[in-house]
Amino acid sequence: MLIPHPLLGLRDAQEFTYLGDARLLDRPDGLADGAAAAFFDYAYLRDNPAGIHRELWFHEQGDRSWLVVTRNTLTHEILGAELARDVARARQGGAA
Amino acid sequence: MRFSGFRVIKEALTGHRGWGPLWRNPDPQPAYDVVIIGGGGHGLSTAYHLAKVFGGRRIAVLEKGWLGSGNIGRNTTIIRSNYLLPGNEPFYEFSMQLWERMEQEFNFNAMVSQRGILNLIHSDGQRDAYRRRGNAMRLAGADAELLDREQVRAMYPWLNFDAARFPIKGGLLQRRAGTARHDGVAWGYARGADRLGVDLIQNCEVTGFRIEQGRVLGVDTTRGYIGAKKVGVAVAGHTSQVMAKAGLRLPIESHVLQAFVSEGLKPVIDGVITFGAGHFYVSQSDKGGLVFGGDIDGYNSYAQRGNLPVIEDVAEGGMALMPAIGRARLLRIWGGIMDMSMDGSPIIDRTPIEGLYLNAGWCYGGFKATPASGYAFAQLLATDAPHPTATAYRLDRFARGYLIDEKGVGAQPNLH
Repeated sequence: MLIPHPLLGLRDAQEFTYLGDARLLDRPDGLADGAAAAFFDYAYLRDNPAGIHRELWFHEQGDRSWLVVTRNTLTHEILGAELARDVARARQGGAA
Repeated sequence: MRFSGFRVIKEALTGHRGWGPLWRNPDPQPAYDVVIIGGGGHGLSTAYHLAKVFGGRRIAVLEKGWLGSGNIGRNTTIIRSNYLLPGNEPFYEFSMQLWERMEQEFNFNAMVSQRGILNLIHSDGQRDAYRRRGNAMRLAGADAELLDREQVRAMYPWLNFDAARFPIKGGLLQRRAGTARHDGVAWGYARGADRLGVDLIQNCEVTGFRIEQGRVLGVDTTRGYIGAKKVGVAVAGHTSQVMAKAGLRLPIESHVLQAFVSEGLKPVIDGVITFGAGHFYVSQSDKGGLVFGGDIDGYNSYAQRGNLPVIEDVAEGGMALMPAIGRARLLRIWGGIMDMSMDGSPIIDRTPIEGLYLNAGWCYGGFKATPASGYAFAQLLATDAPHPTATAYRLDRFARGYLIDEKGVGAQPNLH
């Protein structure tokens, strides 16, 4: 698989390590009410879709940036990649 | 129809005209006592044990394709009970004991071959770890022997003993472990269940559950609605998809694991060997092909095929362990979809929905568990109490903190 890195162009997926569902960006607030249940959900439960999946890849053998890659789990087709920090900032901006 | 040596001779003398189909191909009834979703190894084993051991129920197995069309026919056929943790080892040893007597029980040749598994040791620390594992195995009633370097050399003189980086210093041997004919296991359980009156319904995909007031009433399928007092789900690889139809999210990711077979060679490996310094294991099939594999690819996948980096990694492991393998050509590579659970251990439990039961999360080790998984799931379905060796496989163990993490890597499914 080739991942279209937003800064570096097409890179071999072998340069990356995989973490999982991009929802792992949304870390719960540990001080909020019901934090234990929220962290159980965050740490252990997954949608695990058959089809389009947004997921976190770390460019460990490259520029060490985190990417959010959109990929089809049925075909391994990669549909796009964004810097995870841009995704996270956009979400924060949306929340503020 | 009963298989025996006498029968084989009689059929040989009469033109093989007396053999019939191994099972019926019935249409679904309107309702059953127990419906098992998934006609793979675990589902068929569940149906067989439910009918044979616990009896007295109308049972159906629903399979969306043909029987044994999933991972039961895509694995590397190894059976063993060499686990460490107390939640796991007694269960796998129970499974090993069922392997030892299953062929006589269901009167079918599953080619169970107890040719031994050897886990190689490459460092002093690893020897300590394997000594501990061997002791844990023996405490659970399994067999284990710690071999020194010369004992390993006597078994497999052509291994790469003096590699500069990973010299072989010994091994942990379980002689009762081995291999089995994977399709034969599915067919044996299917035939056994059919003979006990279980309806094996093929080309019947479950499209939804009927749930009222927290209780399952039946399942909608491509062949119509089927009522059921209890529904057991054993659909490894697609567990998340099926259980989502009942509104459940699970601690499971689906990943692809690749397996490899070389061209046929003369006998060279009589047991199963695992490399201790990388992830590589190898055995030789009765047809002569070297059957081997390694790590999962490491990203979510339902594609039943993997990518080249893992193939390269597995080939490197093979070359490090047995350089002679470089002269063999690969014949086939394929992939199967694994339920990777969050702690690397399976789930056999009730669900929050009454009457709905789950057997899932076998990661890439489900084949060896086929007999005990079915037995334990059948016991749970019949009695609502877990089998004594399967009490740790609870669905809620993640919320309670009672993980069974053999590898100790935490909630990271692609590392188990």
